[in-house]
Amino acid sequence: MSASTQKITLAKGLNMGLRKAMEDDPKVLVMGEDVGKLGGVFRITDGLQKDFGEDRVIDSPLAESGIVGTAVGLALRGYRPVVEIQFDGFVYPAYDQIVCQVAKMHYRSKGRSPMPMVIRIPFGGGIGAVEHHSESPEAQFAHTPGLKVVACSNPVDGYWMMQQAIASDDPVIFLEPKRQYHAEKAELDESATPEPLFTSRVVRRGEDVTVLAYGPTVKTAMSAAEAAATEGRSLEVIDLRTLSPLDMGPVYESVRRTGRAVITHEAHVNLGIGSEVAARITEECFYSLESPVLRVGGFDTPYPASRIEEDFLPDLDRVLDAVDRTLAY
Amino acid sequence: MPDPATERGQNRDGFGPDLAEVFGPSQNDGGPELVQLLTPEGERVHHPEFDMDFSAEQLRGFYRDMVLTRRIDTEATALQRHGELGIWAQLLGQEAAQIGAGRALRPQDYVFPTYREHGVAYCKGIDPLSLLGLFRGVDHGNWDPAEFNFGLYTIVIGAQTLHATGYAMGMQRDGVVGTGDPERDAAVVAHFGDGASSQGDVNEAFIFAASYNAPVVFFCQNNQWAISEPIERQTRIPLYQRALGFGFPGVRVDGNDVMATYAVTQAALQRARDGQGPTFVEAYTYRMGAHTTTDDPTRYRLSDDVESWKLKDPIARVEAYLRRNGLIDTEFVDDLKKEADDLGAHLREGCKSMPDPKAMQMFDHVYADMPEELVAQRDGFAAYLETFEEAR
Repeated sequence: MSASTQKITLAKGLNMGLRKAMEDDPKVLVMGEDVGKLGGVFRITDGLQKDFGEDRVIDSPLAESGIVGTAVGLALRGYRPVVEIQFDGFVYPAYDQIVCQVAKMHYRSKGRSPMPMVIRIPFGGGIGAVEHHSESPEAQFAHTPGLKVVACSNPVDGYWMMQQAIASDDPVIFLEPKRQYHAEKAELDESATPEPLFTSRVVRRGEDVTVLAYGPTVKTAMSAAEAAATEGRSLEVIDLRTLSPLDMGPVYESVRRTGRAVITHEAHVNLGIGSEVAARITEECFYSLESPVLRVGGFDTPYPASRIEEDFLPDLDRVLDAVDRTLAY
Repeated sequence: MPDPATERGQNRDGFGPDLAEVFGPSQNDGGPELVQLLTPEGERVHHPEFDMDFSAEQLRGFYRDMVLTRRIDTEATALQRHGELGIWAQLLGQEAAQIGAGRALRPQDYVFPTYREHGVAYCKGIDPLSLLGLFRGVDHGNWDPAEFNFGLYTIVIGAQTLHATGYAMGMQRDGVVGTGDPERDAAVVAHFGDGASSQGDVNEAFIFAASYNAPVVFFCQNNQWAISEPIERQTRIPLYQRALGFGFPGVRVDGNDVMATYAVTQAALQRARDGQGPTFVEAYTYRMGAHTTTDDPTRYRLSDDVESWKLKDPIARVEAYLRRNGLIDTEFVDDLKKEADDLGAHLREGCKSMPDPKAMQMFDHVYADMPEELVAQRDGFAAYLETFEEAR
């Protein structure tokens, strides 16, 4: 390990990314519930208030619309607010401010009032939580013009994508797979040059089937690829990383080679990101397809009680089952 | 089932005062707390806290501003009737509230309006013609908020009060609050109405502003009506009294009295600029016209009510005062009439010659950095449109 590399968790990567952005630009503010002394319920903002002060790391009253609405005002004043929504299921009180104000301000003002805001949302399940703490609301925001939506899947991306999202002059919904916050560490080289933010990435090369994933399901897809390899099947895995805009170039290139695609996300299948991805693959790769594009996601039920959440969430076996079905064509 | 909005006077033993006593069945006169410096008859009266001296020039200025503001409103209403505007949100009767609040501003103060603040926009130096674009349907707002320190009209009720609070928090961080330098210290005015006072966003704005002691004046034009719903549907206590529950002062001012509105707003703004935090100003007024040009108030309110408010007209009382004290002459009145006529012509001609946007402009400014997929969608539509050109 060289001097500029270290092993970090996703939580640490995000924390370091926030810190770096705050060091680089005094206009960057962090705002949310419990983000100050506590460092956030997941400790993503740990230590930031101590080092940057209460004016830049702001504990807010417990009101999500208020958090996002005041962040709009701060952005209009020239700040770059990074707001934390404590859990995915609590974003809805802020939904109006996000889709009617944050998303539309630049458009409404003919470009005169940019909204350089990052809305961080810990998302996804698998932590044994009560209702409203395990949801995947990305499609609600990807459907809204004016917003950009990204999802990180690993510690290194957490570090770079956070800084890139904060540097974006467009508002970014930044989804963090909470189940991975304190999971495996990865080696971060701070001197490396990151890929651009709004790009997808092939994370495992393969030949038989393309498996698309983002956020928490990237790990699921990688496990599935390893298991498939033992049976002699070669899966290509793509981490979409950006959900709006989608970066479909690498996906088309892959599907044209494999002829088969499976997309997996924790969000409900109906009208999820997978539906849009499947439609686009069909439009662009029709003559390369050997089978329909299959979706493996959360069922179209409300998020269930946590004792059965692993049955709701896509797992290695359900991904492999879909892979088998595409190969059966 | 008794309707709590209309049934009053229930015994509330053990739970504080009878609300019927606090908030009587008729609040037509604004109640004893109303701050007033000029009566509806044009009599100058004095107030222990908010009294101030006005120069003749200042009063003539208020009068002129209100006459021109009313002209903007009547002209735009006529343009809607002629089919030149899709809709217009009328301010008839609220001229004093808006000019009083607008003239109390300093250039560095920032305003977050609803969609009815035409008089405040005029005070901030925005060409009234710019206000017509969104009602005509050619844009969503056509002035630079940063140039005029006046935000774009906000259609979602109450959403802008949070933006105002956040902007005020930004001012605190920029060190332009409580320095004692009158050229530097700044504050924000958040406009909203009685209907908006029921919105969660407005209540959250109160909480955030109080919590951070933000330099914001919450200026509520209580015009008694939220489309068809009377003020009793929104509140059981006088609105200004709500402020106390949030931890900052509230005051009810006669919103048809430009002198009182100016004095109260100016004091509230100074408190904010000095770093003493938010104030709630309830400008007690009346929506003389419809909610918008699509509304028909004869379906839900009595003409008697409207007639009684006509006697409290904000412009007539200033004119009476100015004439009685010999502060305006025929020449002033004639000049003002000509100025109003010129403004009317400017609006009529400007509105009718406002070009429609090009279809392709719908793709402009969705993003600061336009994604490739939207570029492709735009270019695809342009190519599609061109096929029609070729067919001609």
